[in-house]
Amino acid sequence: MKSFKSFLAASVLTLAFGTAAFAARTDLVIGIPLEPPHLDPTAGAAAAIDEVLYANVFEGLTRIGPNGEVLPDLAESWTISDDGKVYTFKLHTGVKFHDGSDFNANDVKFSLDRARADDSVNAQKGLFAAIDTVEAVDPATVKVTLKNPQGSFLYNMGWGDAVMVAPETAETNKEKPIGTGPFKFDSWAKGSSIKLVKADGYWGDPIFLDKAEFRIVPDAAAAVPALLSGDVQAFPFFQPDGVSQIEGDPRFKVVVGSTEGETLLSINNKKPPFDQLKVRQAISYALDRKAIIDGASAGLGTPIGSHQSPASKAYIDLTGVYPHDVAKAKELLKEAGLENGFKATLKLPPPSYARLGGEIIASQLREVGINLEIIPVEWAQWLDQVFKQKDYDLTIVSHTEPNDIDIYSRKDYYFNYDNPAFDKVIADLNLTSDEAKRNELLGEAQKILANDAVVGFLFELPKVGVWDAKLEGMWDNAPIQANDLTKVKWAE
Amino acid sequence: MITYLAKRLGIAAVTLVLASLVVFAVLEIVPGDPARLMLGMNASDAQVEQLRDQMGLNAPLIERYLHWVGGLLSLDFGRSYTYSVPVIDLVLERIVVSLPLALIALALSTAIAIPVGLYSASRRGAAGDAVAMGAAQLGVAIPNFWFALMLVYLFAVWLRWVPAGGFPGWGAGVWPALKSLLLPAIALALPQAAILARVTRSALIEVLNEDYIRTARAKGMPYRAVLWRHALRNALIPVVTIMGLQFAFLLAGTIIIENVFYLPGLGRLVFQAITQRDLIVVESVVMLLVATVIAVNLVVDLTYAIVDPRLRSRS
Repeated sequence: MKSFKSFLAASVLTLAFGTAAFAARTDLVIGIPLEPPHLDPTAGAAAAIDEVLYANVFEGLTRIGPNGEVLPDLAESWTISDDGKVYTFKLHTGVKFHDGSDFNANDVKFSLDRARADDSVNAQKGLFAAIDTVEAVDPATVKVTLKNPQGSFLYNMGWGDAVMVAPETAETNKEKPIGTGPFKFDSWAKGSSIKLVKADGYWGDPIFLDKAEFRIVPDAAAAVPALLSGDVQAFPFFQPDGVSQIEGDPRFKVVVGSTEGETLLSINNKKPPFDQLKVRQAISYALDRKAIIDGASAGLGTPIGSHQSPASKAYIDLTGVYPHDVAKAKELLKEAGLENGFKATLKLPPPSYARLGGEIIASQLREVGINLEIIPVEWAQWLDQVFKQKDYDLTIVSHTEPNDIDIYSRKDYYFNYDNPAFDKVIADLNLTSDEAKRNELLGEAQKILANDAVVGFLFELPKVGVWDAKLEGMWDNAPIQANDLTKVKWAE
Repeated sequence: MITYLAKRLGIAAVTLVLASLVVFAVLEIVPGDPARLMLGMNASDAQVEQLRDQMGLNAPLIERYLHWVGGLLSLDFGRSYTYSVPVIDLVLERIVVSLPLALIALALSTAIAIPVGLYSASRRGAAGDAVAMGAAQLGVAIPNFWFALMLVYLFAVWLRWVPAGGFPGWGAGVWPALKSLLLPAIALALPQAAILARVTRSALIEVLNEDYIRTARAKGMPYRAVLWRHALRNALIPVVTIMGLQFAFLLAGTIIIENVFYLPGLGRLVFQAITQRDLIVVESVVMLLVATVIAVNLVVDLTYAIVDPRLRSRS
């Protein structure tokens, strides 16, 4: 009994003195499923690059906030000329790259000119297509002149592919990234982990973490024990099917948010019989989105009726254009002269939403007489056969780029969709910077796509994040694929 | 002995050349463009061509093959398309994980299998034999990724003795590094041990029926000594053969275990390189593995000669 008392006393003492001396944790291990191929966001399409570096190591003129809004970043303010063609950016002063050199208007000019140069290998070169000239007026002022007004220009400058790099280090950023962000690159154990540490003398709001490690955990089954054992404290992009093992555990938070990933049953619009509107409409009627969402995203996805994220201000709900109606689908096929049904192929890339969703869609289309042969493919094969050569009938893929409705107006895009009326709307949209007017045009574009049943619009990919319940400031949504750690901290 | 060795080396060289042709040809046929994969869906075809030029992918086939083989001969494995670092660096980073892992697993599996095999063979048909072989049957049947996950839940999540996965690097100290290799090594070793124990047992049983064993026993030699000195040595040839095959498997065939424990090993490097069409890495690592397997087989062949003096005198 005596020993119990002294134990109690000791505990009280430790508590009393312990809490005072016990500062909040300042380290964090984040699990990511895919390793970035390199660490230069301006030279690759892999989302994993931005998931490590965006906002943490590299910053742009503007940035995308947690809810998809455009915020000032290295540019503290800007003015736009009346004709919408000249953007004058006022830069923050006293900003330094992690190698100690100053950031100024010349770096902006270099970064933008490099990204849009003829030999540029920027994966999103289209973002810079409207730029005519970039001029460093003085060290803290940059003037960008566009060939034509572009409503999305400030948003475009917030992409990971548009971050600011220094001429001296641009070529070595793949291995040793040098940016202006609050974290600087520390080390990369290939195949294992990437470590960042707090940068000294950061120009912006101070951050709370001293160390952040991105650990590569490729296997979904391994993610759960990694969390439970405390080795990894956060998985911002968690496989939906693993959630049931974590849910209900008070030590963890499960946060289901939105993404910019429109998951589609893509259709080759030039290949018979899919060139007939009635056939595409029949497919849309045959799809039961609820069953697909339950099976392919653990019930967490949001149904969509066109190509716009439900989280966007321009979103209009068009899921009612083609409700699930098997009889209607059969009737339309009959009208198209296909009352006996037909055969087609369905190529499925590796993500689980595609592989799981494919099985369900194949059985739903079988009900109306369309027999699908399922062909699983790797990403490399998918890009080659489906995306480049357009050798496919149907495929399932999530288009994760934000605000990318213009892909339907691209010539030679893999949908093989060609509608001058739609192209006109997109052309108008490109020339419009007034937000209300833009949203109206975006609504019009969504309606055209829905009515044309260009593809089978399935659901918006959910972002399922799982992290330690004491962790604050993680992004709930994924307006872009990033893990912004600048506001992340441990609760005391 | 010299001709025996020369013949083995000649076969090894021919195998290497054939393997290089097959590896190169297969990767040429596989669909998928590394440049398109790197630039993604929003890049134009012209840009992809630009990158292909920069990567040297547009050179003629023969030129690229000769360039690659020439590089291999001078131990220059080329540069990774995706990581843009020398392939040799990637391999060296991974081999310091894969090689110790394979060696620990092999040692564990041998340390378990040989005594169990000996025990079972010497008590053939008894209860102990039945239990041991039943366990071995189970060991062969259990999928190793499932077994690995069970180990993780027990030792990492519940007991917290070892990390659930990952590799801190040898720079973090020998003990932390070994600790993170322990569970994967056990998960790899047990199914291998089960197979090896069964092979050891059946090889021993065959030998134990030989006349010379009866003679040794008849001259009054203790059973234990007969078992170790006469029986085991003569039963070793199939056992060593299996061990050689297992080592090759442990070095490269551990993709599943490396995934479950997210270890940065060679298996995962190859897997990742294949999905990213990092052809130069795939080609070079596969060739390296082919060379290793050939070398291991060579060592196994030489071990035969040591174990079985008849093989030496015959040549």
